[in-house]
Amino acid sequence: MTDSINLTIDGNPVHVAPGMTILKAAASAGIEIPTICYHDYCTANALCRLCVVEVEGARTLVPSCVAKVSEGMQVSTHTERVKRARRTILEMLATTVDLSEAPDIQAYMREYGAQDERFPEAEQRFSPVLDDNPMYIRDYSKCVLCWRCVQVCAEDAQYTHAINFTGRGFETQIGTFFDKPLPETTCVFCGQCVAVCPTNALKPKRQWLLEQGHSPDEIMSLTRTERRRRMRREAAAEQPATGGKS
Amino acid sequence: MTLNDRVVSTTCPFCGVGCTLQLHMQDDFIYRVTSPHDSVVNHGNLCVKGRFGYDFVYNQKRVTTPLIRRTPQKPGQRSQAFDLSEWREATWDEALDYIADRQMEIYRRDGAHAMAVFCCAKATNEDNYLIEKLFRSLFRTNHVDHCTRLCHAASVVALQMAVGSSAMSNTAAEVALNDVFIVTGSNTSENHPIIALQMKAAIQKNGAKLIVVDPRRVEMVNYATLWLPEKPGSDVSVFSAMAHVILKEKLYNQAFIDERTENFAAFAASMEKFTPEYAESVSGVDRNLIVEAARLYGNAKNAAIYWSLGIPEHTHGTANALALINLALLTGNIGRPGTGLNPLRGQNNVQGASDMGAMPWHYPGYQRVDNEDNARKFEQAWNIEPGGLNRQLGLTTTEIVSSIGPGGVQALYIMGENPMMSEPDLNHTRHKFEQLEFLVAQDIFINESGAFADVFLPATSWAEKDGTFTNTDRRVQRVRQAIQPRGQARPDWKILCDLAKRLEARLGRPNSAYWDYQHPSDIMREIGSVVPEYRGITYPRIEREGIQVPSWDEDHPGTPYLFAGTFPRGRGKFHPLDDAHMAEMPDEDYPLILTTGRVLEHWHGGTLTRHSWLDDLFPEALMEINPADAARLNVAEGSPVRVTSRRGSIVLRARVTQKTTPGVVFIPFHFHEAAANLLTQDVIDPQAKIPEYKASAVRVAPASESELVNPEARQVRGRY
Repeated sequence: MTDSINLTIDGNPVHVAPGMTILKAAASAGIEIPTICYHDYCTANALCRLCVVEVEGARTLVPSCVAKVSEGMQVSTHTERVKRARRTILEMLATTVDLSEAPDIQAYMREYGAQDERFPEAEQRFSPVLDDNPMYIRDYSKCVLCWRCVQVCAEDAQYTHAINFTGRGFETQIGTFFDKPLPETTCVFCGQCVAVCPTNALKPKRQWLLEQGHSPDEIMSLTRTERRRRMRREAAAEQPATGGKS
Repeated sequence: MTLNDRVVSTTCPFCGVGCTLQLHMQDDFIYRVTSPHDSVVNHGNLCVKGRFGYDFVYNQKRVTTPLIRRTPQKPGQRSQAFDLSEWREATWDEALDYIADRQMEIYRRDGAHAMAVFCCAKATNEDNYLIEKLFRSLFRTNHVDHCTRLCHAASVVALQMAVGSSAMSNTAAEVALNDVFIVTGSNTSENHPIIALQMKAAIQKNGAKLIVVDPRRVEMVNYATLWLPEKPGSDVSVFSAMAHVILKEKLYNQAFIDERTENFAAFAASMEKFTPEYAESVSGVDRNLIVEAARLYGNAKNAAIYWSLGIPEHTHGTANALALINLALLTGNIGRPGTGLNPLRGQNNVQGASDMGAMPWHYPGYQRVDNEDNARKFEQAWNIEPGGLNRQLGLTTTEIVSSIGPGGVQALYIMGENPMMSEPDLNHTRHKFEQLEFLVAQDIFINESGAFADVFLPATSWAEKDGTFTNTDRRVQRVRQAIQPRGQARPDWKILCDLAKRLEARLGRPNSAYWDYQHPSDIMREIGSVVPEYRGITYPRIEREGIQVPSWDEDHPGTPYLFAGTFPRGRGKFHPLDDAHMAEMPDEDYPLILTTGRVLEHWHGGTLTRHSWLDDLFPEALMEINPADAARLNVAEGSPVRVTSRRGSIVLRARVTQKTTPGVVFIPFHFHEAAANLLTQDVIDPQAKIPEYKASAVRVAPASESELVNPEARQVRGRY
């Protein structure tokens, strides 16, 4: 085992510790590789493939967030083939997912000249906003399935295992077991999932309400307990007038 | 609509972990909380309270104007006023003058003994330093205490006796270095959630082995190698039996015992009777489990003990904590990274409030008030005539409450605490509060205690003021003002200075103890001048990252773990122990043991979290009962039950669960609708004066829905 691995990235000689990923090695040489699903504090799963690079001698493009450096490796991070792959990934994402609140991905689209109209026939993934708890909402129309939320809910932080992938193929989505509302799952509402979401598919409820134009005072009178109380009051007030209709 | 994103970095106001929070705001409305992934304490992780529980700041029930009671309150007829119509709004000048006049009247008539204060483990170090300074220097009383009495008082006393310190010996994150660790009397995953994450990672990723000793099957048991399900209150016998096995099998660290400890022989002799068989008969724990646990801990390279309130909150809490300390001294698992004696402190700043002398026997820095040199030192620091400060030990919280009445405490000042929820035997506490001649509450909501007050002073929340908190592993961290004070609310330190100046003027003493601080950083400089451990703490030094005290001077980097070469008292002292029993054993009339505690979503007396959307997640008190007991008593899941002790009775819903062992029921103490502390008793540990919250004899019987205070408050949860 050597102490240091020698490789070239975009023609620059780089010396790094063994076991390092290409992504980290490139960063250490000041070369930035774009990523979506990768997060410094989550386990990398090479899901989005935006970080692919060309490695001399490799048949396919290699996901740099998980691929480790090796001696004599020659890596190219911005070849035409790489750029086309990234552009296509971004175009497919833009076609199927609402990226309106993902500024980083939008910036990549501009950088790589990705057209969001590239696949006009394609179906948009749509699901209604899930507002089933007082802490945060889930808008899976904005979800790019990066898996970070699932990771932090599991071994990357919380060991709670409240959410995971459900469905297959195009129907794949993040969800709870049997689609139960979050309070009825093992969820502890730590919000680590909200913190690592790259597209604002997960959002604190008060932020969501504020963005919809509610004033802070309106929001603070919107607790579920208050709503329930108000509902009961209204029901009670209604009862005599309608002759005890239940 | 795109929001503005103004970000202020601060420290979480809930538990003692001390997570870094970044508050994201539009105007003065916090709409999102994040934490940097390189934050030193919590590595970006937060729990539900830190992430979402800050909204109490904006709750519309918050009081933001000084209030004076419309009907003058008289001792014996004092009543609670929750409704604003029973108060009239006052100016700050009027409210403070009124307080100063009334306090002076009582002080002049009855003297120092009549004056008492409850400080606040939620307030900053600066606030707590000032309030104890105010009462000690102006009213010359040491009746200064706070809720530490009700949580880790016995741990502090035991640590003082055995090693001469009173805090976690090691950094919480060092759990990553443990190969074996004991968690006892702590529901870590609910009450110190971020430390629990680090514990889980240590087990799952590093292969550390966990021993849980607890009468409840708390979540950490899912990660444990061994679970010792003891009967409440039997800690001394379980841990002493472990020591017995370690002694018999020679698993102890002779070199450490020789070099660093004293009183070993007497201790070893006292362990003779604690055979595993004997401990089994007392605690109900299988003798083989005790032997296995002793071998696991005794053979470990780096072993640590983490405990919380299940250890100290007993009439023999000091003995419980000493049993743990004995184990660490016996095996030499102290004074190195990844070892230690680690009482997990509850409140965000209970360590700091204790360090600041918010206690009846100590000036700031644990300097005894009955020591002449200490008194002289503080007389000089506070510009007081020689002999002016009171040399007598003051009363503790529970003693202050008991002493209320003629000849005892007449005027009480409460800063941010809620003894009417947190003291034991609340019917007794209520009776005592009714006898007060004068009561001031300084808080953000009118809670059960503040409702008794004559004057209510609206303080700012943690988001509206600057200061510092000291977390459970002794890290002093910045609290930063993020938003403007709501309404006319003022930061505690300013209120205290304004009141102190008024009192000084009325006292007519020649010297001032000094109250002209411009900023909390000035107060911290004064703290550093009287508390050697805080000498190195200045605001510029902790701007980016907190420093762990002791920090002896401005070049000292802080102390991640204590006792590397020596103990503050010199040698660590073994303490011989004898059996210890609960004050109240179950009997025919009251056959079950009630143990109290907390849940993830709520905080203590509920002043903050019951005014937050957190309450939607956990809206009602639930009593946990084992399926075996439930079947016998005809109690179904979710059905109402009446729980009765010799002191009181409450009705709440039952949660039938294996989480509690047969013979034991558990009730969280957050809910005024079914206040668990109506049932508990105010018998106290003789050394630490801490009440026995963790064991009261009760009986349980089915009740009807109509007896519930709020039968509609229900939330189905998957994790309970």
